Amino acid sequence: MAKVELVVNGRAVTGEAEDRTLLVHFLRENLGLTGTHVGCDTSQCGACVVHVDGRAVKSCTMLAAQASGSTVTTIEGLSPNGELHPLQAAFRENHALQCGFCTPGMLMSSADMIRRHPEGLDEATVRLELEGNICRCTGYHNIVKAVLDASAKMGKGAVKAA
Amino acid sequence: MYETQYHRATSVEGAARLMGEAEDGKFLAGGMTLIPTMKQRLASPSDLVDLRRIEALKGVKISGRTVRIGAVTSHYDVSINEELAKLCPAIVSLAGHIGDPQVRNMGTIGGSIANNDPAADYPSALLALEATIITNRRSIPASEYFVGLFETALGSDEIVTAVEFTAPDKAAYKKFPNPASLYAMAGVFVAKSGDKVRVAVTGAGENGVFRLEDAETALATNFSPSALDGLAVDPDGLLSDMHASAEYRANLVKVMAKRAVAEIANRPM
Repeated sequence: MAKVELVVNGRAVTGEAEDRTLLVHFLRENLGLTGTHVGCDTSQCGACVVHVDGRAVKSCTMLAAQASGSTVTTIEGLSPNGELHPLQAAFRENHALQCGFCTPGMLMSSADMIRRHPEGLDEATVRLELEGNICRCTGYHNIVKAVLDASAKMGKGAVKAA
Repeated sequence: MYETQYHRATSVEGAARLMGEAEDGKFLAGGMTLIPTMKQRLASPSDLVDLRRIEALKGVKISGRTVRIGAVTSHYDVSINEELAKLCPAIVSLAGHIGDPQVRNMGTIGGSIANNDPAADYPSALLALEATIITNRRSIPASEYFVGLFETALGSDEIVTAVEFTAPDKAAYKKFPNPASLYAMAGVFVAKSGDKVRVAVTGAGENGVFRLEDAETALATNFSPSALDGLAVDPDGLLSDMHASAEYRANLVKVMAKRAVAEIANRPM
């Protein structure tokens, strides 16, 4: 058994898990954070994306033991103050979800993308950088619109516009 | 996934010792190939020795035109290195187009070349740049390091610690990714230093990465895309699968090579 020590959504947590336990299962089953989803078994769909030490990773492709010592943010911690994060608001506004299964991963990947692009985003970049997230409902169009909308509302792209 | 024992190494020596004690261990870096393979039960190492937190294996060091990339440096960290972007933009761009953003955040150069997937991007760069692969025991020229399909010159408990190369005058990498997996169906890295041209191909060869010597000869006398017009890439020895036949890949190799040369020829520096 591995001892797993993490800071998850600002809270220090300690737990035990089999060495082979994936981070996503530790989050869901040990910590009850079921907002992070498992959509595939092949590391392709991105429904399980969380931030580990500030970077988007697929939590189904990392062992909990590997993550031990790290700071993790899940969808439950995206907006700590109980209000919708600008990305969540933009997804709602732009009808960027239908069944909603992929949405937590889409939001976490998009938050990482917006952070990495303070200069602002364009449609081609958003489409390219959502390569690791699969949605079987929307056809992506409204997701792309929502990410662009959120990026603009979060004040990104001011440098480009100036 | 079958049961396994996880060990976190804090030094290269410690990692080698842990591997020596393991029954059937594997080194773990970013895990972007190994973990999915274990999930599918295609690999079942008794032990995993995690190298990712070893400080000595992290980061990019540049001195003059010599570039040294630590084995556990992530693709993302290579892709945003501004100093490296000035010296060798081709490898920065290559790193920025591996897989998807989540893969780039975790995947490492050492893991990529230790696995030596025939469709991985880095092997083509290291072969064309005549890089040296540095391990905990020795230095291996890239030309001797990449042996075959998922096969390298590494011993079973040998650890890649860094790769080192001299920045070329000019270089470019162009690939045609499989639209679903994003792995290269053909990727060509062209490096030019003085009159010497090196062209290395990934994604297409049955035995993994290889040099395209006919293209090198043609480009050495006339460095322009048109120099490759008459190039005949032999489909014999190229991969054939549900995504592309050997003949199709042979043509892709030529097209990617021409695109890489065109990018270099059109670049101001």
